[in-house]
Amino acid sequence: MGSSFFTPLSWNDSGFILTGVLNTVTISLVAIIIGTLLGLAIGFIRAEVSRFSNMLLGGVLDVLRSVPLIIQLILFSTYIGAIGHPLDPFVSGSIVLSLYTMAFMSEVFRGGFESVQRSMITAGRSLGMSYWQTVAYIRLPIGLRTVFPSWLGVALSVIKDSALVSVIGYMELLRTSEQLISRTQQPLEILIGVGLFYFIISYPLSLYGKYVERKMSI
Amino acid sequence: MEYEFHWNIVFQKMPQLLNGAFVTLHVSVLSMLIGIAIAVLLAIAKMSDYKLFSLPATLWVEIARNTPALFQIYMAYFGLGAFGIHLSPYVAVLSALVFVNAGYLTETFRGGFMSIPRTQYSASRSLGMNSVQVYRYIILPQMFRRIYHPMTNQFVWSILMSSLGILVGMDELSGETQRLQSLSFRTLEFFMVAAVMYFLITKLVLFSASLVSQKLFKGDL
Repeated sequence: MGSSFFTPLSWNDSGFILTGVLNTVTISLVAIIIGTLLGLAIGFIRAEVSRFSNMLLGGVLDVLRSVPLIIQLILFSTYIGAIGHPLDPFVSGSIVLSLYTMAFMSEVFRGGFESVQRSMITAGRSLGMSYWQTVAYIRLPIGLRTVFPSWLGVALSVIKDSALVSVIGYMELLRTSEQLISRTQQPLEILIGVGLFYFIISYPLSLYGKYVERKMSI
Repeated sequence: MEYEFHWNIVFQKMPQLLNGAFVTLHVSVLSMLIGIAIAVLLAIAKMSDYKLFSLPATLWVEIARNTPALFQIYMAYFGLGAFGIHLSPYVAVLSALVFVNAGYLTETFRGGFMSIPRTQYSASRSLGMNSVQVYRYIILPQMFRRIYHPMTNQFVWSILMSSLGILVGMDELSGETQRLQSLSFRTLEFFMVAAVMYFLITKLVLFSASLVSQKLFKGDL
């Protein structure tokens, strides 16, 4: 076997893999947090404004959802480089992934806000609540309650999609594993490890999401 | 610094890009068709009372749903090499997409099937229909309506995810764009055109799907 030309996988690589794991977790968390906040704001606006402005806003979000993430990442980092302000892969990756997350989150929250009956808000107003009080005490608590399973679904897909940030050079888990593969030539062991990592994060959370959904439907 | 756009070269390469778009559609349609066929079997297996059938089906579904698509493509392209199976980029991307599609669609089909009350089955049987008739006229038509929309979404997802072919050197739209831009260094222009093409393909698919659904489900509530 020619495999003696390559150094096999050893414990010394664990630090390298751990960096990849941490980077994946970091960029996913950043994108989920920023994407949720932006999505919450935009979802609220979309449930609130007129049909026309809604269409404009919806069009922009639609582009974010209809162009593959990988193309968005390449376009953004190339554009930033071409106008002379190259950014760190982590920063450009976070920006693109957050906006991408936002596009999906805003739909989730919009649905939540629209599920709050108009009459409840009218009732709140007639009881002397201000506009923002109806938001804080009626729309947010009632609107957000039902969207948790869908929110979790989007968040989980962001963790999985964060693997794509590797194309612009961010050393997340899949890219570290790819480099290890090219050195060790042991693709199967490494990839199974990587798959297990994603699975261990994603599977319990998806079960929890299903559990909550079932509990809410009864 | 100001960036100067040069679109000429992109328009000259339009035939190649369109060819790439065709491969994108090709691989996603194929991955859907095979995915649907497998998903039907998996859904039946998953609802089976025998662990021998339900366990592997559950395993397939959960792995497909809980790992990144990129991981599955790497697994097909690099991972299978360990067993001496060397797939071409096209086959690797296709099998990864089939794997994921089958996983997601299994849940869609199962959900659609479970959403139809069992009482309808007994009612139809008591009206004198045989089992095949019940499925043909009562259960499957209703089920199809419920799974139509999720299936369309899955198809769009396949189109978007086939763009990962760029990473294994496939000649679909993204991969072709990557190859063409590396020859001309007009990265921005090429990828912008690719983005527009993806957008148009997606919209076209969604538009035709809604036309078909209007025809199919005419008179529905």
